Amino acid sequence: MTETERHDYDVVVIGAGGSGLRAAIAAHESGARTAIVCKSLLGKAHTVMAEGGIAAAMANVWSEDNWQVHFRDTMRGGKMLNNWRMAQLHAQEAPERVWELEEWGALFDRTDEGKISQRDFGGHRYARLAHVGDRTGLEMIRTLQQRAVDLGIDVFMECTITRLLLDGGRISGAFGYWRETGSLVTFHAPAVILATGGIGKSFQVTSNSWEYTGDGHAMALWAGASLINMEFVQFHPTGMVWPPSVKGILITESVRGEGGVLRNSEGKRFMFDYIPEFFKAETADNEAEADAWYADHINNRRPPELLPRDEVARAINSEIKAGRGSPHGGVFLDIASRRTPEDIKRRLPSMYHQFKELGDVDITKEPMEVAPTCHYVMGGVEVDADTQSSVVDGLYAVGEVSGGMHGSNRLGGNSLGDLLVFGKRAGEHAAEYVAHLPARPAVKESDVDAAADEALAPFTNPGGENPYTVMHDLQEHMQSLVGIIRRGDELERALTEIERLKARAKDVSVRGTGRGYNPGWHTALDLRAMLTVSECIARAALERTESRGGHTRDDYPSTDPQWGTVNLVVTEKRGNVQLDRKPLPVMPDDLKTLFEESR
Amino acid sequence: MGHDLNLRVWRGDASGGDFVSYVVPVEEGEVVLDAIHRLQAEQAPDLAVRWNCKAGKCGSCSAEINGKPRLMCMTRLSTFDPAETITVTPMRTFPVIRDLVTDVSFNFEKAREVPAFAPAGSNSGGTFRMAQLDVERGQEFRKCIECFLCQNTCHVIRDHEENKPAFAGPRFFIRYAELDMHPLDTLDRRQMAQESEGLGYCNITKCCTEVCPEGIHITDNGIIPLKERVVDTKYDPVFLGLRIGRRKDRRVVGPAGGSGPSPIKRPGGVAVGTRPPAPAAVPAVVQVPPAARVADTNVLERPAAVPAREPVSAVETASAKPVDKLKTALPAVGATAGIGFLAWALRRARSARK
Ligand SMILES: Cc1cc2nc3c(=O)[nH]c(=O)nc-3n(C[C@H](O)[C@H](O)[C@H](O)COP(=O)(O)OP(=O)(O)OC[C@H]3O[C@@H](n4cnc5c(N)ncnc54)[C@H](O)[C@@H]3O)c2cc1C
Ligand code: SF4
Ligand code: SF4
Ligand code: FES
Repeated sequence: MTETERHDYDVVVIGAGGSGLRAAIAAHESGARTAIVCKSLLGKAHTVMAEGGIAAAMANVWSEDNWQVHFRDTMRGGKMLNNWRMAQLHAQEAPERVWELEEWGALFDRTDEGKISQRDFGGHRYARLAHVGDRTGLEMIRTLQQRAVDLGIDVFMECTITRLLLDGGRISGAFGYWRETGSLVTFHAPAVILATGGIGKSFQVTSNSWEYTGDGHAMALWAGASLINMEFVQFHPTGMVWPPSVKGILITESVRGEGGVLRNSEGKRFMFDYIPEFFKAETADNEAEADAWYADHINNRRPPELLPRDEVARAINSEIKAGRGSPHGGVFLDIASRRTPEDIKRRLPSMYHQFKELGDVDITKEPMEVAPTCHYVMGGVEVDADTQSSVVDGLYAVGEVSGGMHGSNRLGGNSLGDLLVFGKRAGEHAAEYVAHLPARPAVKESDVDAAADEALAPFTNPGGENPYTVMHDLQEHMQSLVGIIRRGDELERALTEIERLKARAKDVSVRGTGRGYNPGWHTALDLRAMLTVSECIARAALERTESRGGHTRDDYPSTDPQWGTVNLVVTEKRGNVQLDRKPLPVMPDDLKTLFEESR
Repeated sequence: MGHDLNLRVWRGDASGGDFVSYVVPVEEGEVVLDAIHRLQAEQAPDLAVRWNCKAGKCGSCSAEINGKPRLMCMTRLSTFDPAETITVTPMRTFPVIRDLVTDVSFNFEKAREVPAFAPAGSNSGGTFRMAQLDVERGQEFRKCIECFLCQNTCHVIRDHEENKPAFAGPRFFIRYAELDMHPLDTLDRRQMAQESEGLGYCNITKCCTEVCPEGIHITDNGIIPLKERVVDTKYDPVFLGLRIGRRKDRRVVGPAGGSGPSPIKRPGGVAVGTRPPAPAAVPAVVQVPPAARVADTNVLERPAAVPAREPVSAVETASAKPVDKLKTALPAVGATAGIGFLAWALRRARSARK
């Protein structure tokens, strides 16, 4: 029997970003004994980096806004592949969740009337994003963190979960290790909420941190849950490109929301050349109308710079490929010539700071150089829309690790709303599930032993490869073969490479002086999840022979209505990844009418 | 233009440690964290370091670079002479876990003592109304990324472990200031800030403000107004009194957090001693490639007698030494502060030459 620390809870939440914290608060308030477990320190999860804002139809700026419009924008942004019920719940409940943050101490920017101010973002018909300058995520995570601490919820920080534990198909707990000491820890809990965020670390150019190794995605799959929409990875149009050390770091969409425009090396606002048929009716086709829109949304159509992210990212990619790029291989994002230095510094303070400190660029004087960067995964654990429950009893998923809500492409600001709305739902339903369980599932000691062996294997592998090298090679392959523009033959090659990397990852070994805070070991363990998730993405991307949202196939460039009714579902059977096609849930007629009248 | 960087990194753990010198190839535009990452990927895979965002947004990568408290991800190598050796040490005020990683749980415990924001009513349906002007003051403090560099710098607890129980530190003083300035809050935390959280120990040396990577005016906008409001609870400075009314209605509270076991769990919290032993044989690959390392010390041979703190102070020159030796009682903090500040100013002047 493996000696590990033991802890007993009703609900264990893995992840302390916005979704995990909100879920833990809800579970605690529903009476469940709750723990939060996270890989980094409390308050450092990815949510802290979110800049732009939280999308919620509060109608503080445009009284015309309401949940129906937000719902429609979300579905259209996701090219109608979203789970309609999730999109509906999100649009309906987001305002109340934002107001709740304010009740817990958040200080959002205000309108003249003293209400929460809202800003424009791509794909949203009205100014809809509640924000605090360009550090909205910080405000959100701090507010939730302070709330969770105030409630006295137990927190295990710098503690990594590596396996979910099952008892006859039901969740019975989770297994992991403390980063600080390398000692092992077992949680006994009938409900686990995955809130582990995304997968972007599998790509070379990314806005995501070391945490985004897809642990939650992979652990869910290994535990028997299904993943959907894994082919859809969002490449954010505007990442930094220079200097090389900052390549991929995000430049918030708020720059465009606040009036910034994209230009190529000829100084041309090229986005007017890339307005797709699907969005023609609602997009300005000339600069005068586009510029007038900022002050008058009713009589003007929106600038093409604010098309959904997939469209803008592809357009930038094409301009660069056509040789009209900037000196360092991007295009220009210009706010300097459009707003006063005072306005820029007030509305975009952290962007100003970021470029000044890291790029020697004064964005009030010069344009920025930008290019797409891997940013968000739309795909995730397949969940029930109302409860966030996966197909495995006792396993819930919420936030970026869950799938369905955003369809094939997420609109900016919809993630933060998603975290709050479904975090609350997941926490409440997990607590309810535990309260109604006839008997607590038991942790099998043989599973703990197996998990311990697996976790410690890198220490006993005889002189294998450096885990960092394997990770680096994976990132390179994913970037070049499964990136923003994909082709069948390249995806097949990616799958072959992933198989090779899997073999190499099996016997990486850890160098160094022991288990306490040993990043080489952490990386060795992260590789398993990264490889699993990368395979799911490549498989699904190969299968979907069309282009839609965050999935662009060079060999199948158009959107195929047949594919518009199908989700790809990934499961694992005896260690092999399996793909199935599943019909999309059908939207009720009253919601369908929302799309007819506004066309 | 890339070059070979001479990097000295403190390596060790709670039982002791020492500096190890490395030569790391670096590229144009890189920051200290890039050099540390390259070192980790190519020469020292077990080098412990915290980071997340690499863009100055999360406050994870705090350390002391040439003795100066900084974020590694926001310290560009171009601010140093390429020939210069850059020394990186862990934050000194917190116990070392390993290498550049310190145990910052002090701060999470202090956070528990803050009585939460308590508005008068519910905000369901979005009923709260606040003017931009009224929230802006609090917003400045909410920019805090909890890097804890200010905590690390404050002389009240730097080298004064004994003061920690009674002192929350600048990061939390601005939290109290923020709540005090919140137009809709109903609690009065001024007395507890003064009595339980140690606001009185602060003698406004402003060293905390100097190191804040978010440029928060910790002392001028946070601590000083808070102190003023503590001094005379009836006296409202004009600039605050104009906008924030109804002070009298606020309910006086003491520290929150309760007395039970902390919800912030630490390794071994439940079954101390049942942890399995570390693998007996460390694999043979442990050596750092000798060619890549200018070995002046071997990481593996930790001088047992050397306390973890000692090598850290070695970064600084004699000017900082007297402070290390001074172990003053609490009331004498003011006197120490003068010397501490002097030492700090000297150090700053030295590192600010670029
Ligand atoms: C730079 C940037 C800007 C963004 N801006 C916006 C924006 O303006 N608006 C918007 O809506 N969205 C934005 N997003 C997206 C949004 O921030 C993220 O999708 C969202 O914050 C994810 O939240 P989460 O709760 O799902 O996970 P995260 O906040 O990423 O938290 C994941 C948590 O899981 C933990 N974890 C992971 N694996 C394990 C494991 N194995 N064991 C234990 N713990 C684990 C981590 O430690 C962490 O605590 C942005 C993203 C980035 C990167
Ligand atoms: S002003 Fe000086 S004494 Fe006061 S908190 Fe800041 S560093 Fe500490
Ligand atoms: S106040 Fe500044 S220095 Fe102190 S923790 Fe916050 S960001 Fe860091
Ligand atoms: S890594 Fe986030 S502040 Fe440096």
